[in-house]
Amino acid sequence: MERTPASATQFPAEQARPKASLVRAFLDFAGSRVIQWMDRAHELIAFSLIATGVTVTKFNIAPRVIRPLVRAQIYRAGVRLLPMIGFLGCALGLIIIGQTVSLLTRVGAHTLIGTLMVTVVIRELGPLLTAVVVLARVGAATVVELGTSRAQGEVEALEALGIDPIHYLVVPRMWGLAVSVFALTIYFVLVALLSGYLFAFLQDVPLPPPEYFRQLASALRWEDFVMLTLKSAAFGIIIAVVCCYQGLAKPLRIEEVPAATTRAVVSSVVACVLLDAVFIVAYLLI
Amino acid sequence: MSTAADKIARPPVIEMFDAAVTSTRAPGSAVIPDVNWCVSLDDYWVIGGPTGSGKSDLLATAAGLQRPLRGVHRLFGHELSGLHETERLRERLRVGLVFGDGARPFPQLTVAENVALPLRYHHGRSDAEVRRRVEEMLDITELSAFADSAPSALMRAFVPRVGLARALASGPEVLLLDNPLAGLDPRQVRWWLDFIAGLAAGHSSMKGRKMTIIVACGDLRPWTSQGRQFALLKGNHFLPLGGRDDLGRCNEPLLRDLTAAHSS
Repeated sequence: MERTPASATQFPAEQARPKASLVRAFLDFAGSRVIQWMDRAHELIAFSLIATGVTVTKFNIAPRVIRPLVRAQIYRAGVRLLPMIGFLGCALGLIIIGQTVSLLTRVGAHTLIGTLMVTVVIRELGPLLTAVVVLARVGAATVVELGTSRAQGEVEALEALGIDPIHYLVVPRMWGLAVSVFALTIYFVLVALLSGYLFAFLQDVPLPPPEYFRQLASALRWEDFVMLTLKSAAFGIIIAVVCCYQGLAKPLRIEEVPAATTRAVVSSVVACVLLDAVFIVAYLLI
Repeated sequence: MSTAADKIARPPVIEMFDAAVTSTRAPGSAVIPDVNWCVSLDDYWVIGGPTGSGKSDLLATAAGLQRPLRGVHRLFGHELSGLHETERLRERLRVGLVFGDGARPFPQLTVAENVALPLRYHHGRSDAEVRRRVEEMLDITELSAFADSAPSALMRAFVPRVGLARALASGPEVLLLDNPLAGLDPRQVRWWLDFIAGLAAGHSSMKGRKMTIIVACGDLRPWTSQGRQFALLKGNHFLPLGGRDDLGRCNEPLLRDLTAAHSS
């Protein structure tokens, strides 16, 4: 039998080994990231359940302390963001809606305006854009505040006074952001629809205001009101829980706060988009 | 050794048997693995120990903020691990804790709001009652002039008094103080020592009731004439030394270090 030279048999194996190790390294990396992501999701869900449990079980405990904190959060995340939301709603209305109305009228599809506005602005863009604005302005600041509080031992100080830190720090933010995102979404939608029509009106689109509002009213269903309320409030709760989790759940050093803030923003956006997908499925099923 | 009559007259308020004290920095490991300690009503304990010996963790555990890794921990005769959350909270609120490093006042609240917080959270007192109690606490801690100031606006020496007033507002029976004299000038030190001695003897703001005091410190010198019971934290062990008279007879090198600190 003819013997194969050793070098001839080894050569392909040597070529294959680096490829195999590269694939394995990639799989290891991807696997570790998936496990890390799942761990984080698991902790976040546990934190959400605890926060929800405290919200329910301590609903009527210390209202004289908690209610002013909720009002302060509504003022901070809602009232103070009103000009910003008004500006964004106006800009969106002028840039997108006005042009859409103008274009649809030009191609003779003006009967679809109501359906389009309800689908784009009321169901999707309004809640999501408002949530992103609240996240950027309030959510990120919340992580820094709570991370600093935790680093300075304020959580232990609350516990020493017999005050549940989740009840004092997280619950007011959950209520406050839920109410704020909901209220801001309503304002955003109203401003966007009005400013959009204003733009179309200035472009001499032959669509009288009664016809525009009649189309909007006829395109709206009762589910839209329910879903808008639920979705926007849920976005607020998600932002509050994720940001509080990133700020409070683990002891942070000052240099870790920026990374925690980035994680909070990314996790909140991902969670809001996932929830949005769930609501789309719910719309389709109704 | 306490007699049976003494035990009835002065029942134990904090008991720790074979308790392993853990730390917030390393939750799974024991900082002090074997604490055997009984604090009776009206005791005035002074616990000395160098930096990093676990004084703050011992106080946090004694106050019921941290669970020991193992062993028995009782507050007012109740085993904490066996209590429902509500009962556990009720027993914990009978203990006040003044943290070290500036007593950790809440920076977003004013001085008066800091003191009012536990009263407004726990007790069904009217706003007028809360205001009266807060004024009384600010008066005894000489903070009335700073009631509406943020803690950060206070002189550094006055900041720990906010934590003291806050801890006393609910009228606890036991007061734990973590290194309260750190960084204070002699005049402030005198004020704290006199004030704590007044609490131990029965202060009018506490309805004349004597308070049980536990102080943890890194420098025993100011406390040797104040405390009635002494202990050391040495090499992660809790060493009870006895009363004031026993200090002179003790040959523990760490005791000499802590009572002779900065004397050269």
